[in-house]
Amino acid sequence: MKNRRALFAVPYVGWLALFVVAPIVMVVLYAFSSAAGGFTLENFSRMGAYAVVFARSFKLALAATLICLLIGYPVAYMISRESQRFQRVAMMLIMLPMWMNFLLRTYSWMSILENTGLLNRLFSAIGLFRLINALTGANLEYFPMINTQGAVVLGMVYNYLPFMILPIYSVIEKMDASLLEAARDLGAGSARVFRKVILPLSLPGVLSGVTMVFVPSVSTFAISKLLGGSNELLLGDLIETQFVGTAYNPHLGSAIALVMMVVVVVCMAVMNRFGEGEEQAVML
Amino acid sequence: MSKKLIRLVDCCMAFDGELVLDHINLYFNDSEFLTLLGPSGCGKTTTLRIIGGFLTPTSGEVLFDDVRMNDIPPNLRQVNTVFQRYALFPHLNVFENVAFGLRVPRREGGRKIKLPEPEIRQRVLEMLEVVSLKGFEHRRITGLSGGQQQRVAIARALVNRPKVLLLDEPLGALDLRLRKDMQSELKRIQQQLGITFIYVTHDQEEALAMSDTIVVMDQGRIQQIGTPEDVYNEPKNAFVADFIGESNILDGIMHEDYVVEFFNRKFKCLDSGFAPMEPVDVVIRPEDIDIVPVEKGQLRGTVTAVTFKGVHYDTIVDFKGFKWLIQTTDYHPEGETIGIVLNPDDIHIMRKSEYSGMFGDYSSYSEEYEEMDGAEEGSGDEE
Amino acid sequence: MSAKPSRLNRVLMALVFLFLYAPIFVLIVFSFNDSQSRTVWQGFTLRWYVELLQDRAIMSALWTTLLVSLLATAIATVAGTMAAVGFFNMKKRWRGPILTVNNIPMTNADIVTGVSLCLLFVAFFAGWGDFTRWFNSLQGLVHLPTRLHMGFGTLLIAHLTFDIPYVILNVMPKLRQMDKNLIDAAQDLGCTWMQAFWKVVLPEIKPGIVSGALIAFTMSVDDFVISYFTAGSATSTLAMVVYGMTKRRISPKINAISSLLFVTVLTLLIVVNVREARQEKALEERKL
Repeated sequence: MKNRRALFAVPYVGWLALFVVAPIVMVVLYAFSSAAGGFTLENFSRMGAYAVVFARSFKLALAATLICLLIGYPVAYMISRESQRFQRVAMMLIMLPMWMNFLLRTYSWMSILENTGLLNRLFSAIGLFRLINALTGANLEYFPMINTQGAVVLGMVYNYLPFMILPIYSVIEKMDASLLEAARDLGAGSARVFRKVILPLSLPGVLSGVTMVFVPSVSTFAISKLLGGSNELLLGDLIETQFVGTAYNPHLGSAIALVMMVVVVVCMAVMNRFGEGEEQAVML
Repeated sequence: MSKKLIRLVDCCMAFDGELVLDHINLYFNDSEFLTLLGPSGCGKTTTLRIIGGFLTPTSGEVLFDDVRMNDIPPNLRQVNTVFQRYALFPHLNVFENVAFGLRVPRREGGRKIKLPEPEIRQRVLEMLEVVSLKGFEHRRITGLSGGQQQRVAIARALVNRPKVLLLDEPLGALDLRLRKDMQSELKRIQQQLGITFIYVTHDQEEALAMSDTIVVMDQGRIQQIGTPEDVYNEPKNAFVADFIGESNILDGIMHEDYVVEFFNRKFKCLDSGFAPMEPVDVVIRPEDIDIVPVEKGQLRGTVTAVTFKGVHYDTIVDFKGFKWLIQTTDYHPEGETIGIVLNPDDIHIMRKSEYSGMFGDYSSYSEEYEEMDGAEEGSGDEE
Repeated sequence: MSAKPSRLNRVLMALVFLFLYAPIFVLIVFSFNDSQSRTVWQGFTLRWYVELLQDRAIMSALWTTLLVSLLATAIATVAGTMAAVGFFNMKKRWRGPILTVNNIPMTNADIVTGVSLCLLFVAFFAGWGDFTRWFNSLQGLVHLPTRLHMGFGTLLIAHLTFDIPYVILNVMPKLRQMDKNLIDAAQDLGCTWMQAFWKVVLPEIKPGIVSGALIAFTMSVDDFVISYFTAGSATSTLAMVVYGMTKRRISPKINAISSLLFVTVLTLLIVVNVREARQEKALEERKL
């Protein structure tokens, strides 16, 4: 009787095979073949030239993830200690920007960070540049902010911060209050309760938050294009140009995408293993 | 009056190759209160689910009024169920929960038939009155106490006027006091409506207090069927003797009709029909044993432990290394040597079975032990 | 979790919200700026809003965005709920691996999902071309189109591919939390399985379905990368129009459309929240 209801999933399993598994198989096929057809490893051997881009992508994504964690965790924790009503409003406020497409939000940062943008105008209005020029004898008219790696990281943090806050918040919020009371009852101070109980128990939320920030960061191409200009090419840009850009070569693009995917999957697997170990340690 | 309403013929049930029911043959009479009694995993809930239509037996037949019902789904059977932990619909209030079954459109001769609203209303209110929940119609389920939820579940099942009501450990989640009240309440409802109740429980007291018939089950097999008095006074084997009430069970030999030997001594008893010198199990209920001064006793032993139980003392007495439980109203301190007398009607003889030697010795008796057992059984049955 | 939040906490939180909303505020302010400049204020105007309404490209992109998001959400909600019910009734040894595959679109980088679907569509269209040329040459009765392009259809498929897993993710836990006996109870009271599903299961898992639909819609509206690779050259979403403009100059019309979107969403959220709060209040009063 039970198995018959499982038939409800059959159409979707077909969908998964067609639109999830098959496309990945396509990527693998393309990565291991040349434009002329036939098996080749050339796509991978050519990738050495892009080692710099790989390194830059992972570096920036890691920085963005770390900053998101440092901001997102305390925010999630603080929200969870507020009243129910405050929590609901705060969650709405965090979700709300996502309903405007992330490109629109990123575009807005352009006008803030430009050389003649709002921030530089603000600095000049309060006489910051005059002050610096007078002190150092330099001839500074603006801070170069846009088209830097910093701007790209800022864009990532801005866009993906909600992805860090939401899972951490939902784990902390569900935490059994009696656990914290028990810890207090056993003589732990606030700091100790946080370190020994809340932090380890919220680790699953942290892990999923880290994944949800790191993966889109490492693979982004729009943010780098809008805020990083043409100097700070990232993996995403590299892949994009292979598919729709001037350097049309889907075989190379697939190979890069495949390598990126594998590296990310390995990172996540290692991290999750590490996370599980932690959890068990807490149980003991 | 006695009509065989439902029959199970040679029913077997296997889950993933594991036999859960082993050739069950059982019939249920019209308007009787029948209890399936046994430890968790004995197959009682499986039996109930087969009758309810939630499971189809692997082999054998389920007959309602001699019509084969094996593959008839639950919605087309004239039985209703009170589920473990009630399974009330949380999104509906008390009235709508009870009205649920009445609102389901039924097909009769190809046409959909809906009950008129006034009739639904009348029947629901009537039923709420039967379960003493008058005035609770608009309450939310989540705001009710365990006992009240229980009553809603019973009303919801009974409002459809089933021929048979199945109850799956319905009192398991209630506290002791409430459980006692609900026992008499259930019995009252059953008698008032005059329909068959099939009741599943692991609680022997509950079974003894309410049932017309008790079916004792273990390991997927029926161990004994009988009235409460039958299964208590004349247990068929060591399992039944141990599971229902307290029993001292020891090895004996039937010398001839009405004479049994144990502890190297012959006793008169009321049993007959055994082969000469047949080894048997002897059951002696703790409350049947009379303690007498040592010199008047048929047997003598030393008290090793005493526990006050309110009405009586649980006294553990060592007879040549075999420890008996004796329940008396007199206090005998630990270390005292006492004598006992056994009258012929205190001694029950059972044939040897696979359960022989497994039960009935109180050497390792402790209260915690018993309570832990009970707690374990409380949490869910098979599956 | 509740303890007295300190003032410092509040200030820090306010700063984070300022960070989240400052760019949106800037965007809205400059939608009323009487100049092409997006940094120098030159007086108030509504002309960008007027021009926006006359801009065919932006309006059609907005239409495409809304249509694909709503359509994908609706289909994904139904399909995802159905699939979740199927998975729930599935044997564990099947369910495990299938759920892993189901997670791929959520955990995989958007760009990988985008390009892989793009490759699939291109390969399928090529195969389709070969097949139809052969098929058309075989007979003259039915003429099948030989050239297919990426467009709204492929865009919708792509959105469904990443929306359905979110619905499943939200519905499955609700199914697990549900008392299994509820279905039995409904059937026991005369329902067929299907009736039991409508009358009992659906109300129980409704919160999961609603939040799943909400998240699916959010993801669809917020998506740029996957749409970018699967919409083809003739179909554009709003984000794609903006991206196209960055190569030239971004018109303040974009500010105007962003502001409109933001205000719409904000209004919706406030209405929903106020209504919910009222319902809760009414409920509590009834309990007392």
